[in-house]
Order: sequence, then C-alpha cells, then structure tokens
Amino acid sequence: MNPEQGGGPAPTGGALPPAEFPAAPAFVEPVVDWHRLDVRMLVVRPLNEIIGLVPVFVGLVVLGRGEGWRIVAGAGVIGAIVLFGLLRWMTTRYRITDDQVEITTGLLVRKRLAVPRDRIRTVDLTAKLGHRLFGLSAIRVGTGQRDQPGEDGLTLDAVSSAEAERLRLLLLTRVVRDAPGAVDDAEEPGEGVALSSWDARWLRFAPLTLSGLVAVGALFGLTANFARELEVEVLGPLTEAAHWVMDQPVGLTAGLLAGAVLVIAGFGSVVVYVVQFWGYQLTREPDDTVRVRRGLLTTRSVSVAEQRLRGVEVAEPLLLRAGRGAHAKTVTTGLGRKGESSLLLPPAPVAEAHRVTAEVLRQTPPPTRAALRRHPVAALRRRMVRAVVPLLVLAAALAFFAPAWTWQVALALVPFSALLGWDRYRSLGHALTDRYLVARQGSAVRGTFALQRTGIIGWRVSRSFFQRRAGLVTISATTAAGDGAYHVVDVGEAEGLALAEEAVPDLLRPFLER
Amino acid sequence: MSTDQLSLRAPRHRVSRKSITLWTLTAAIGWAVVLVPQAVALVFSRSPWQVAVASATLVAAVAHTAVMPRWRYRVHRWEATPEAVYTLAGWLNQEWRIAPVSRIQTVDTKRGPLQQLLGLSTVTVTTASAAGPVHIEGLDHADAVRLADELTSTTQATPGDAT
Repeated sequence: MNPEQGGGPAPTGGALPPAEFPAAPAFVEPVVDWHRLDVRMLVVRPLNEIIGLVPVFVGLVVLGRGEGWRIVAGAGVIGAIVLFGLLRWMTTRYRITDDQVEITTGLLVRKRLAVPRDRIRTVDLTAKLGHRLFGLSAIRVGTGQRDQPGEDGLTLDAVSSAEAERLRLLLLTRVVRDAPGAVDDAEEPGEGVALSSWDARWLRFAPLTLSGLVAVGALFGLTANFARELEVEVLGPLTEAAHWVMDQPVGLTAGLLAGAVLVIAGFGSVVVYVVQFWGYQLTREPDDTVRVRRGLLTTRSVSVAEQRLRGVEVAEPLLLRAGRGAHAKTVTTGLGRKGESSLLLPPAPVAEAHRVTAEVLRQTPPPTRAALRRHPVAALRRRMVRAVVPLLVLAAALAFFAPAWTWQVALALVPFSALLGWDRYRSLGHALTDRYLVARQGSAVRGTFALQRTGIIGWRVSRSFFQRRAGLVTISATTAAGDGAYHVVDVGEAEGLALAEEAVPDLLRPFLER
Repeated sequence: MSTDQLSLRAPRHRVSRKSITLWTLTAAIGWAVVLVPQAVALVFSRSPWQVAVASATLVAAVAHTAVMPRWRYRVHRWEATPEAVYTLAGWLNQEWRIAPVSRIQTVDTKRGPLQQLLGLSTVTVTTASAAGPVHIEGLDHADAVRLADELTSTTQATPGDAT
C-alpha cells in the first residue's frame, strides 16, 4: 500500500490499541499511512526560488562592489529560503483514504484540508525546471469550489513523478469500490487515445499572438535595467546608432523601427510558443479523463474528468483569425481562474480547433461549427453607434480643447472603428444543438462557446435602456464551470427567450407570457 | 421557431415601500460626498468653471435622487416558487434573474446600517456559478427571514451537489 516514496516515520494516523480480547471485527477503518512530500524538495524548492531571484542577487551582491550588508542580506535570503523549505517539508503530510484526500501543513498555524474524493474534478501536474532535474512533480487538485485567489487549494509541491502519476490515476478514478482498504493502484492503465498533438507547422501562428510584443517589452525593460545597474556603456553606441537613424528621413526611421520591433517580436513569440506548448499532447485516458500535456521547461499535465466537462470555448483573436487560426479552452468546473490551466489547444488552425472540440465533446459535427442564427438588424445599429459615437464625441471635444491634428486623427479612425463594429455584428450569433447552447460574439477576440445544456444552472436576462428601445436583450446562461456566465449578446427579446426556454425546458416557462 | 411576442412577465411581489426611503437616503449620501467638497471649494474661490460644474452636479443630484428611487420601486419585484427564485431589478438598465431551487447552494440575509434603521433586509441566493447570485433587496425583515427559511428547507430536501 505504501508507495515507494515518502514513507515517513511513525504515521500519525492513529495506532491500534493492543487487543486484549479477540476484537470485534466491526470497525475495520483501514489505517492509511500519511506520506511526506519527496525529500528531494529540500533541494528543489530553494533551487527554484533562487533561480527566480537571480536578478536580485546579481543586483545585490555582484553589483554591490563587496559592500558588507549586501552580501549579508543575500546570504540571509538564501538561508531563509532553505529554512522555509525545510519547515515546509517537515510539516506537510498527506494521505488518501477511501473517501477523502487529507493534507496537513503549517508549523505555527496548523492547517488541515480534507476534500471528499467525489468532489475532485481536475488534477494538474506541474514540473518546473528544478522539479524535472530531480524527477519531481507538483500536484494540484481542483474541486468544484471557487478557488480564492491566493489560496493554495489542495496542492502537493512536490512528490516524485511516479507517485504523481499514481495519485493522478487514483484521484480521478472514482470507481466505487466496496472492498474497504482497496486504495492501492488500479489495474495497469492502458495508454490514452491521442486526440491531437504538437505540430511544428503551428509555429506559424506564434507571431500572430501578441506574446512576442510582451516578450520584447519585458526584455527591453530588463536589459535597460541591467545596463543601468552595470553602468555599462551600451548607451553610448546605442545613442550613436539612434542619432544615425534619426538623421535619415522620417519614413525610413519609422520603417526601420517597426521592422526591428516586428522581427524581434516575431522571434520572441516563437520562443514563447515553443516554451509553453512544446510536446503538446491531448489524450483521452482510459479512466475517462481528458488530459493535456505540454511545456518545454516547465511541463504541465492537466486532467479533467470528462463528466465535469461542460463545454468548449474556441477563441479567435483578430490577428489569429486573419491567419485562420484559433485556440481553444475547456469549460469545466474545478479549474481555477488562472486562464492557462483550462487550455485545450494552443494557437492552431481553426479547423483543428473544431476537430478537437468534436473529439473532446464526442459530438460530430462539432457544436462550435453549428450554423448560427444571425441577430436582428437593431443589433447592427447598436454596434455601429457604439463604434462611432464615442469617437465623434471625442473628436468634438478635441476640436475645442486640443490642437487641430488630434481631432483629425480621431475622425480618421472612424472608418476603422465602424469596420470593427460591422465585424462585431457579423460575429454575433447563437444556436441550439441537441446537447449544447452555442453562441458567438466579439471582434478583437471572437469567442464561440458551446455550453452543455444540462450544465446551465440559471438565467440572467439583462436589458439596458438602449437595448429596451431597440427590442434587444442580453441573455446569460449561468453555470458552475468556466467563467460562470456565458452571454448571448443583443438577441431579439422574443427570440432570445425562446432560445433560453428551449435550452433548459421548464425553467423559464412559468415566467413567460405571450 | 414561432416566437410570437414572447416576453418575461413581472415577478409577483413588490418589495417593501420603505425601499424608496432607503434608495433616496443612499443616493443622497452618495451625492453629498461629491457635492460637499465642491461647496467648500466655492466658499474660497468662484471661477465661472467651478460654478458651472457645481450647478451641473447639483441638478444631476436632485434629478437622480428624486427619480431613481421611485423608478426602482416600480421595477423591483421578486417571486419564489417551489421550482425557482425569480427577480427583476434595476431602473435604467434592468435585469431578470432566475435560479432554480434545485441549484441553490446558500441563502443569506443581510442588513446594512440604513436597512436596519428602516427594518429592511436583503436576501441573497447563491448557486454554484460565480456569476449567478440572486439578490432580493428591500424586503421587510420578517418577510426576508421567512423567505430565507422557506428556501433553505426546500433546498435541503433536494439531493445532489448543485453543480
């Protein structure tokens, strides 16, 4: 019953009293051993944290020119980290009984977490670089509860990868076993069915995400910062180069600058894409979970119990859409709000996104491809007003208070904004398949969701003053999964209500009138 | 899909009439926070700009405080059936919320200082959705307690974890 790892000393699980009589066999609560985290964490955690703090140390010690307090402070921080890791390891224990997962942790404030096993929705294995060097993984167990930001939730950081794999299987396989104490390994699991996997051709979508620009910004900030700290004369040559560029005609300058940013951003985004999604693999495991594995340095494996899967959302940001790409995420209960972990498919061809949706939801054709009903023309009018009027107001205000060119720029933007408005209208649509509610909205980020009709746990119908005049409403289906509410924006009142009524029969009917 | 002229009917019950007082007080306090500093500033200097802004604020404040509470009172309604909780709230922007009783997770009553003064309560019904709480504002405290008790007992009779 013991896993090979973490067999700590003296389990605190309660020793049986010495039996004087042949004890009644009534209460056979199996004594499940408490496990510790893997002992290698004593090294790995400080390592991980110190890697993260390298810039600080460089700033503190190397650049300090041997000032005493800086070195002391640096050593102090390292010591504190190591001590903290040791305490954490010593005080954290976990066990998995028939009914629940228990974790105790904390030295001064003892904390004990117990989660009923049938509430477990997702299991997330993460191995940072430091973890991987030592063959470890951190486990995070997602329950249906709304995870509070900053809460650790049910996290074991970390156990050996083999143990992590064992726990993943154990925690998600909720087979009701009658035999008590049967907590040991399930039968040897077969390999999962691959639904989708890494394709180097998808790299062409990397530059269409904005991650590159972010990377460039971060890189620039970091370099500038270090240059200042190191007082290296990078500025000299750079300024000369800048002067040279400035001396050229304005068009050339702008072109060069834009070109440089684009090249670096493109390169950066490819790097980011590879780091995040290398080895991406989407599988359906024999235990009816959908599993996503990915990551170059930090590897991540997120398993979602299929039963808890409430739908899929396909997102097409404007640039990605222009390149016929999309990415997808699951709509599921039990994943925290840290967007990443619900990822189902990295930026990839849109056809692949729909195919994956079909596979994951076991629905062909995929609900996200259902023919959508257009929304009324009043919705178009609303989009256009919203796209154009604010700019006109801004232009008018600028004409009063600012130099002439500002209002001219504002006016020049009107056609583009109107185009966006038109596109926003074209995106709007909704449909009902036999199991899913499907709707689409947005232009800058066009999102199509397919939400399981049985996962809808309430409705919100909202109507602003202007919507009321236009005869439109926004209908939101509330659900325990994903974002909590999914919206069908600016649908005709009667049509929208009919949709809601049909999607979840009998819930709305008593409150409708013709 | 023949939809005719489908629309949502108003929920059955109005909220307590004392809510008008509550909303008036809340609005008045809110506007006072904006107006008092302006009034103080006017004592020291009176540029035409300042006077214009201050009088505009005053007009908006009076209009809002006079109109909003009565308008709200005409809109706000609620209803609890054995199957669902149904509310309508808002004034310029209005929102209907429907939560099935079988999906209810918690039922709370809450009263702020002003509400206590007026003997009012808010009943909040939460479901497993992060976006789905249904608030029934401005009930008489006794009604609120009764409603909360009723909902709690019906909810307990429903099995399942409501997700």
